[in-house]
Amino acid sequence: MRSLTQRTRYLAVGSIAVLATAALAACGSSSGSSGSGPITIGTSLSLTGDFSVDGQAFKRGYELWAHDVNAHGGINGRKVVLDILNDNSSPTQVDTNYTDLITVKHVDLTFGPFSSLLTAPAAEVAHRYGYAFVEGAGGGNLVFSEKLPNVFDVSLPVANEFDPFISWLSSLPASQRPATAAYPTADDPFATPQVQRAQSMLQPLGIKTVYSKTFPEEEPDYLPNANLVAAQKPDLVVLGSTDVPTVQAFMSAFEQQHYSPKIFIAAAGPDQGAAFISAVGSGNATGMLVGNGWYPGYDNATSEAMVAEYVKTYGGTPSDVNADVAEAYSVGEVAAQAIQHTGGTVNSKIISYLHSGVTLSSVQGAVQFDSLGRNTKALAFIFQWQNGKFVQVLPANAPGSVKILYPKPNWTS
Amino acid sequence: MGTEITQAIAAGILGGGVYALMAAGLTLIFGVLDIINVAQGIMVVLGAYLSYVLSTHLHLNLLVGLVITVPAMFVIGVAVYTLFIRPLRGSERTSMTLLACFAVALIIEGVLYWQFGSNYVSLHSSFTSSSVHVFGFYLADIYLVGFGLAVVAIAALYLILYRTTFGRAVRATMQNQTAARLVGIDVNRVAAVTFGIGTAVTAIGGAVFGAINSFTPNSGYDLISRLLAIVILAGMGSIGGALGAAVLMTTAEALVDIWQPDWAVAVFYLAMVIILTVRPAGLFGRRPVRAQ
Repeated sequence: MRSLTQRTRYLAVGSIAVLATAALAACGSSSGSSGSGPITIGTSLSLTGDFSVDGQAFKRGYELWAHDVNAHGGINGRKVVLDILNDNSSPTQVDTNYTDLITVKHVDLTFGPFSSLLTAPAAEVAHRYGYAFVEGAGGGNLVFSEKLPNVFDVSLPVANEFDPFISWLSSLPASQRPATAAYPTADDPFATPQVQRAQSMLQPLGIKTVYSKTFPEEEPDYLPNANLVAAQKPDLVVLGSTDVPTVQAFMSAFEQQHYSPKIFIAAAGPDQGAAFISAVGSGNATGMLVGNGWYPGYDNATSEAMVAEYVKTYGGTPSDVNADVAEAYSVGEVAAQAIQHTGGTVNSKIISYLHSGVTLSSVQGAVQFDSLGRNTKALAFIFQWQNGKFVQVLPANAPGSVKILYPKPNWTS
Repeated sequence: MGTEITQAIAAGILGGGVYALMAAGLTLIFGVLDIINVAQGIMVVLGAYLSYVLSTHLHLNLLVGLVITVPAMFVIGVAVYTLFIRPLRGSERTSMTLLACFAVALIIEGVLYWQFGSNYVSLHSSFTSSSVHVFGFYLADIYLVGFGLAVVAIAALYLILYRTTFGRAVRATMQNQTAARLVGIDVNRVAAVTFGIGTAVTAIGGAVFGAINSFTPNSGYDLISRLLAIVILAGMGSIGGALGAAVLMTTAEALVDIWQPDWAVAVFYLAMVIILTVRPAGLFGRRPVRAQ
């Protein structure tokens, strides 16, 4: 009797295991569909919390793309419906949101959140359920280090953002290069790789490092760090910033210390359009540099159309269009091309297609993925604020580039 | 190195004044009402936005604008207390007030998002980018102004608490609400006015905070954890202690920044844990006096 009970128990456990495995396998292999109803796309964005400025811009980018697609009859005749959840900039919440979108709401596709910090856990969830994960703001090593086969970042890998700047400095005669440099950076998967790469490539050029320190991403007060940099009076400052307040705090402290670097480049902040100008003022913005893969004046027909559409929908001027908008819009464009080519939203087919080496197009330019899902065709530009305008300055010979303002003018407040 | 250390200490002391401005109201409200006002961070941000509106639309100087924003925040504080806090009764009042304050924070944040959007803004004035040269380095005027305002605000709170009849009623309420009622003090009125004063101070803190940092409606969350740490280290209810604890916190961080910036925040919290282990009532706190 006892052995019968045991056998029954083993049988029950075994059956449950088989059923669960089958259910999981089914879930992984058949996520998405090739049906005729609307295509539901789920995403989690930081509508509140630390990344809310970028999250809101991403939301506009996704919505603008969905609006444009639907205005042209949808994808393969199917309308697009977005399901956007708020993760409050929390990696824990982003995990919950994507699990909810996939297992409860059964969305056809998932789009990425904002920042590498949130993309890494989100991509894991999507991978668990066999979903392709096309994203536009997860270019940090943190995302690619897991080597997930479902991740596709349509934007420029973050470590390469300063490359045109480094090339330009190396092209200058030694007498015109900055003699000294400071590398303060936030401890962040987006900012740190860019700054470290810049330092490792600029030091051999003879640019002496006078300050190189990492501060917490959630630094409550930047004044002491900024004062320490100002005390060294470096010619070049490469700031590993993650947002507008970081850059604004350093700029403000430098001005208070009566120190103005000859050249000042930041990882993020100056690319935030109106948000940056309203925080630092147009005069002080002049000369500030930032790396990115896109800007509102980018010479590309679809980009120009998107910028015009954005201004028509949300108001303002082209300079107000945040690069996040283009990154989000590109995610939609790449996914749409994959759906069109594969004939539906079967995620396994989309993953295979995106890994096939095909070259796709987006408002940020060409997109082609390597085995880790990095965009090998992504363009790197350096932008600068010049008298209230955000202009492309590097590569110097690229179409649309204007002359870089060097040295940076003094603060004007 | 000597200059760097001196500058870090100066920056720490002045920065501490700014935090004290924001924490003074929090500790006052706790001292009198036993309420941990987690909405204090968003109140600071609200104060900053009020200053922003006055400076951008009416072109009022930040300091002149305080003549309007301080009374406005007082009224908002009294309204919040009357509408959300006062109705709460019973044995779970303390935990319920925590939730009510959190709800108030969310409501204010939502209204600010609706009104101002999520873009960063900052406050500008003639003294926000200028500085004075002393001891071989520059001290930012905005930090000097902030420290001065902190000293004035804390001194004013002391005068109200220790030199007025209302202050006596407040202190009586702090010690024993039942006894205060028995001697004829209108405890509800004292509570509402105290909450209003505690909130009014955030108008000053907000103006200085917004002139130093760019901010969004979400900026209150980063603030509140630090304000609570200051108040706990100072000793809950100790207004002067808030200044001391804030200065200690920012100076410690500024000094650690010289060698290892990524440890600056951790070192402060480590120091806080050690101090509270030795002095559970905080650096400047007294032993509990409430009987009820």
